[in-house]
Amino acid sequence: MSPYLELPLGEQAIITLAAMILVTSLALLAQSRVVATIRTFAWQGWLLALTTALVAWDSGHSHLYLSALLTVALKGILIPILLTRQARQLGILRDVDVVIRPGITLLMASALVVFCYSVALPIGQLVEGVTRDVVAISLANVMLGMLMLIIRRTAVTQVVGFMALENGIFFAAVAATQGMPMIVELGVAFDVLVAAVLFGVIFFHIRESIESLDVDALSRLSEVEK
Amino acid sequence: MVDFLKVMGWLFALLQVVMFVAAAPLFAAWVKRVKCWLQNRKSPPLLQPYRDLRRLFGKDVLLAHSASPIFRTAPYLVFGTTVIAAAVVPLVALELPTARVADAIVLVGLFGLGRFFLALAGLDVGTSFGGMGASREMTVGALAEPAMLMVIFALAMVAASTNLSTVIHAILSQGIALRPSLLFALLALLLVGIAETGRVPVDNPATHLELTMIHEAMILEYTGRQLALMEWGGQLKLMIYGVLVCNLFFPWGIAQTLDPLSLLIAGALLCIKLIILGAALAVAENLVAKMRFFKVSVFLSIAFTLALVGMLSFVMLESA
Repeated sequence: MSPYLELPLGEQAIITLAAMILVTSLALLAQSRVVATIRTFAWQGWLLALTTALVAWDSGHSHLYLSALLTVALKGILIPILLTRQARQLGILRDVDVVIRPGITLLMASALVVFCYSVALPIGQLVEGVTRDVVAISLANVMLGMLMLIIRRTAVTQVVGFMALENGIFFAAVAATQGMPMIVELGVAFDVLVAAVLFGVIFFHIRESIESLDVDALSRLSEVEK
Repeated sequence: MVDFLKVMGWLFALLQVVMFVAAAPLFAAWVKRVKCWLQNRKSPPLLQPYRDLRRLFGKDVLLAHSASPIFRTAPYLVFGTTVIAAAVVPLVALELPTARVADAIVLVGLFGLGRFFLALAGLDVGTSFGGMGASREMTVGALAEPAMLMVIFALAMVAASTNLSTVIHAILSQGIALRPSLLFALLALLLVGIAETGRVPVDNPATHLELTMIHEAMILEYTGRQLALMEWGGQLKLMIYGVLVCNLFFPWGIAQTLDPLSLLIAGALLCIKLIILGAALAVAENLVAKMRFFKVSVFLSIAFTLALVGMLSFVMLESA
């Protein structure tokens, strides 16, 4: 009988949910449509909140319930709605945005996950409790968010990648140290919210100045005739 | 007494294969029936596939002038490999003499052999549709096989064996557990099964539309009993994948001894599981549209990644 099977069902659920969060990160990379990307991001928010609540229940840290609630409200509901509305106003909700083919991206992402596992192995040894093995997954989430920032071309999906990266950092805090101090968490949460609003303003400015949201157009210099 | 048990075991294994082969058209008909219900159409009776098979077996075989012996032997090889594959998969009982050869990699190999001859037969007559179908089938197969092997490796890590009977034993003995590795292996196997058996998002079994068909394009030139064997083989493959999903991931109730009562219970439970799985397949087929052929590689790389994540999550999360 493996030691995993001797864990109580609640802890097994935490680990299973952690693996599902990893899958949503991979799904974010494989999605090509803007609307599907935002929807997958919302799913990730809900899963993250559920995992946090389960960790709170399992470890008895009641302040984690509050962060779970905050996660659901912001990353599960508010930010996806904001992003969807901005994308609709820009008329790019159903646009397709892929730079490299999804098959290759997924293989790269799998390699990254293996890399994160080997890097996080010594970190996991220092952590107490069930979330020891989850540290590698949260690190992989950060890296996958970063990969998404690199391979995506339009600004909206890059923002989703940034938010997914932030999800990974939050998840790492929950897994490694049972959450950050409340004041830090609140600060980060509102930062993310403000960022989402500001990004919306920036989207419009980018589109006004280069007439598209394709950030590749920003890498060429051109003189404006006046 | 020992000899008697051994003979009984072999006899039962034989009976199980016969049941498997005989029930395959019924399962396909059930999926079709639920699909018809969902589309507000009148469905053909559940015994219609048997009537079709009888009609086809009664007809003469017409061969193209350019057909070689490969074309003539391919249906028997395809059907034969599929029947042997059915013999490898445990249906209602575990402790059978065939359990020793019930290896998952053998199963993939048998499917590969069948597919090879199916593609050869498609190429043989020299019509453009046959060649097109064969090339598509091999493309799908080349992408589906690694994903299928990944699923098997994920299972093999959980059970420390690639033997299907041992895997089922291991999953039965762990009781109720939430294992991410098994969850993702299941999802990946569902995707691979849909691609391998030519169901809707990848291929449409109900159409002869020239530009989209894969399996139908390869067997377009067949008539009579050869066509019957090809179609029966296809239905059997669907049933094998259905039984694999049911027995590997939801094995509760499978008979571990050969006494009649537990066999009866196992058979009834398996029927219920297959009925639910078939209905779920029909619902899924109604919800999605057939995808462009070039999207199939994405579909299968998702299956591959899921199986890989299953394997990784065993290493990362469950083996500590």
